[in-house]
Amino acid sequence: MTFSGTVGLIVVIAFFILIIAFAARGRGRPSRNLRDIPAFARLGRAVGNAVEAGTRLHVSLGSGDLVSFHSAVAFMGLSMLRRVARATSISDKPPVATAGEGAIAILSQDTLRSNAREMRIEFDPLSGRLVGLTPFSYAAGALSVVHDEDVGANVLVGNFGSEVALINEAGERSGSLTLAGTDDVPGQAVLYATAQEALIGEETFAGGAYLGAGPMHLASLQVQDIIRWVLILAILAGSLLKLVGIV
Amino acid sequence: MRAPLSTAIAIAIGLVILFGYFLPFGILISLRMVLLEWAVILAAIALLVGIGNLFYVHWRKAARAQSNSFYSVVLLISLVFTLAIVGWFGPTHSYSLWIFNNIQVPIESSLMAILAILLAYAVVRLLRRQLNLFSIIFLVTTVVILVATAPILGVEVPGLNELRTWISQVPAVAGARGILLGVALGILATGVRILVGADRPYGG
Repeated sequence: MTFSGTVGLIVVIAFFILIIAFAARGRGRPSRNLRDIPAFARLGRAVGNAVEAGTRLHVSLGSGDLVSFHSAVAFMGLSMLRRVARATSISDKPPVATAGEGAIAILSQDTLRSNAREMRIEFDPLSGRLVGLTPFSYAAGALSVVHDEDVGANVLVGNFGSEVALINEAGERSGSLTLAGTDDVPGQAVLYATAQEALIGEETFAGGAYLGAGPMHLASLQVQDIIRWVLILAILAGSLLKLVGIV
Repeated sequence: MRAPLSTAIAIAIGLVILFGYFLPFGILISLRMVLLEWAVILAAIALLVGIGNLFYVHWRKAARAQSNSFYSVVLLISLVFTLAIVGWFGPTHSYSLWIFNNIQVPIESSLMAILAILLAYAVVRLLRRQLNLFSIIFLVTTVVILVATAPILGVEVPGLNELRTWISQVPAVAGARGILLGVALGILATGVRILVGADRPYGG
């Protein structure tokens, strides 16, 4: 096994152990203080407004596919879809999920179906949809949902490139909130300029913890903080060693 | 636990893929490759199901004459027409390539052109929405990079090219690496949560 492979495996195992340990320690305790991220506070208000006004929420899962590393951010989007669907289960209009890849579209239907079963509400099989297969055709397909389906807020969590600006513009024009996060760096720059609430970097993956998805989500945030500091110290140590000529 | 069987299968397969990636055991590596091939085949089948879903959504919209149903009719006709041509002649035939080069590419290029205008407008709107230090830095950086990359009327401002190179090689790379580090940790955390069954995107 290579050196980088060994380090990778150690990091993954450390992640496993720490997440389980922190989750076990945090179970039954009141939720910890989390850094204030205005986007999630605003999303909470938007969910309440959507239920009161009888509008629906649009969860956009991007055009990343299941068999690449972009699937992780789409899974995060599915996790947020589950929370949003649960929060709006008393509404007349269930949330609508759009995806740019077949498997993610099926998973979005599965998420909404299992929520409907748990909450004992009717499930609409067309509430999880494939809207386009290339990034731009996906954006074009999502535009019609934002414009035509009485959407009160858009939650965009998935793999988006610069085409996400078109969806955000549609949200702006229709007067609905847009909260967006992506794992793509150029896409994040576009989100910063166009989304009403942009999630930057790891904030995209913190949605579960902020929306009350359980102790594992809170534990994973704590472990991310620890591993981040370890990595920062390793980078600084490496730079110092390079500076003094040891490596 | 809800759906214990599907959860157990998902966790077991996830662990095989993970350890097959790191550990140099022949059986694990072979198993990983087979499972990934299955995943690719399933993703292709899911694509067909997704296209069926897309067709049905727009069929219903057109049949109920909902708002903007005209566009749904256009989509349905285009979908059937393209499926027939590409299905009959094959994806590399000149008819199939004509559709791609003369319909798909121009439409996506037009959207890209709209995007350029839209982004310029978005930067101005950003200043209206949140006038703070970061928004001003964002605007100034955008203008410097734009003017240095495509000088107006060919007039080059001395030192601007060097400034653009410094911005794109030092602060931009540092920021991008910081963001990527956070994203990588987020991806790792999501993967671990799925592997321990805390997140179940398969609906269990």
